[in-house]
Amino acid sequence: MTTTLPQAKSAPIPRVITTQPRFTDKVFRGVVTSGGLFSLALLGLIGFFLVYNGFEAIRAAGLGFITGFDWVDAIPEDGQPAAYGVGAMLYGTIVTGILAMIMGVPIAVGTALFLSYYAPQWLKKPMVVVVDVMAAIPSIVYGLWGYFVLMPHAEYWAKLIHKYFGFIPFFDMPAPVFTRSPFIAGLVLAIMITPIVTAVAREVFAQTPLERIQAAYALGATKWSMIKAVVIPYGRGGVIGGAMLGLGRALGETVAVYTVLNLVYDIRIEVLLSAGGSVASMIVNKFGEADRVELQALMAAGFVLFLVTLAVNFLANAIINKTARE
Amino acid sequence: MSQSVLLVKPEHPWKLTPKDLITDLLGALFTVVATLAIVGFSPLKGKLGFALTLIFMSIITATAVSWIKKDRKAAVNSSTTVLVYIAASFVIIALASVLYEIIRLGASQLSPGAMFTQDMSQTASESELTEGGLIHAVIGTAYIVTFATVLSTPIGILTALYIVEVKGRFAGLVRFFVQAMSGVPSIVAGLFIFAVWMVQLGNAYSAIAGAFALTVLMIPTVARTSEEVLKLIPSDLREAGLALGATQWRTVAMVVIPAAKSGLITAVILGIARVVGETAPLLLTIGGADAINLNPTQGNMSAFPYYVWKNLLIGSENAISRAWQGVFVLMVIVFIFFALARYFGAAKGSRRK
Repeated sequence: MTTTLPQAKSAPIPRVITTQPRFTDKVFRGVVTSGGLFSLALLGLIGFFLVYNGFEAIRAAGLGFITGFDWVDAIPEDGQPAAYGVGAMLYGTIVTGILAMIMGVPIAVGTALFLSYYAPQWLKKPMVVVVDVMAAIPSIVYGLWGYFVLMPHAEYWAKLIHKYFGFIPFFDMPAPVFTRSPFIAGLVLAIMITPIVTAVAREVFAQTPLERIQAAYALGATKWSMIKAVVIPYGRGGVIGGAMLGLGRALGETVAVYTVLNLVYDIRIEVLLSAGGSVASMIVNKFGEADRVELQALMAAGFVLFLVTLAVNFLANAIINKTARE
Repeated sequence: MSQSVLLVKPEHPWKLTPKDLITDLLGALFTVVATLAIVGFSPLKGKLGFALTLIFMSIITATAVSWIKKDRKAAVNSSTTVLVYIAASFVIIALASVLYEIIRLGASQLSPGAMFTQDMSQTASESELTEGGLIHAVIGTAYIVTFATVLSTPIGILTALYIVEVKGRFAGLVRFFVQAMSGVPSIVAGLFIFAVWMVQLGNAYSAIAGAFALTVLMIPTVARTSEEVLKLIPSDLREAGLALGATQWRTVAMVVIPAAKSGLITAVILGIARVVGETAPLLLTIGGADAINLNPTQGNMSAFPYYVWKNLLIGSENAISRAWQGVFVLMVIVFIFFALARYFGAAKGSRRK
């Protein structure tokens, strides 16, 4: 006996097996890719438009734009040409940045060590919150605090340093004005970069292999011997990278530095004297009453700052990424 | 027949013995007494003298006690321990000072009646604090931050999706550049928008220009935090979605993003907290105003950081008080976003490490 199976009107069409993405996926990938590439392009656009607008100033001054100390507008009546150079400001930026690192990095690394290896369990979480809150405070708040609260104290500290270490050229004082000095700007910046350096250092310390730490303890190491023999060699690269990330932040800081630093277009090695420089602060300072030509020079100054911070950041991230991968 | 049972008494060799405890307490006592004595009988004066002597004495005492009790290695260990604690306490002191002064100088002079109902168009900064307020700054910041969030959230999350989900050809490059972009100085972002929006396109100062500048600063924060969050989503979930025959689009939209939702919200809130207090880019883009401006696309606009900045530069006594008021309100806003970020970040385990 034969049974006839009901015949389908037409054979079912098997689904096409393909590695080609569907139409919706193509759209999805297109949208996501354009979003991702927009972020990539943004960085290039920033550089391009600053150069495009500042090109005249750079061409007029040539290399003198980097090495020149003066920032004077043209006075047509006197026949004085304009001269724009960021040399002094760039030098000042680097000086305050280095001061911030000298004062901030040891504190930040100490705090990271504290959080990773010393803090009692109950203190760990509140301390992490403390560091996070510090990172969340806007720079203008640090500026106000630095000017009204820190400066009176810091002025006194500066006087003491000058009194006892005045024979060192850095701490010499040609005029007794201690306020708004690179030293005070460095102090404020040190506090501002502490959270980011702490965060990076802590992340690196957390990756130290546990078995090596335990091996060191098993061999009878004290806590410090363990840190010196295991944690620091392992995390050195990351800590250096974190410090450079902090330097990048310090170089680009504008408002906080503006309030606690006296801008002087000169190169001085005395860090306690009320005379310093900062490219970012200068841009804010000169922006208000700038004419078309000076505006171009400010754009060019912004481009120089952009390049410097970008270079520092690239290097820092490359070091950190390399340490993290190993 | 009785069996003698040997009970081993548990020992805790790592616990402090009473003798250790007494030595430690005596050491601490000695440190304080010696510090007071030195500050009292020497030319060292004031808080700084006390702090420096205390630091110096605690290192000396800790080192000496360990050296006498054990050896040189223990002494080095003790002195570095003290140094690490000092570093951490510096951080706490700095933050405590900042917060204390904000409350002391900001909250004590609040005049809520005028502050949130009036602008500064009819009032000089020098006049009494009961007149004039910062409602124009509230409106400005609300406009600017809202627009910046609307613009940067999609771009930031798409960037993170590109790096984590699509893993396109440029994923590594995009990741590296976004990392570097989070270090771009805020003033440069302001200059960039000024160059494009004002100089090239010929627009005037407005809230929208300020929002563009903040968008540039917010994208990296949102993108990087979202990336971390998306990486924490187990790939089992993605594979399960794909195995059920879903397209990548459906997998991301129906599985990955819902799973990462609270983390992505955290990313956006962290981005807001990062930019709400930014001052420098706004100085170049919004123009500043003393009156309420309800049109975000036209006309000069004020904002919190601008309000603080302006009063700081005016510098008279009441203007400074206004600046501190502004800082206090700004910090309250920052803390609200900060607490929200922690709340959403703590929920559902999609938390950053």
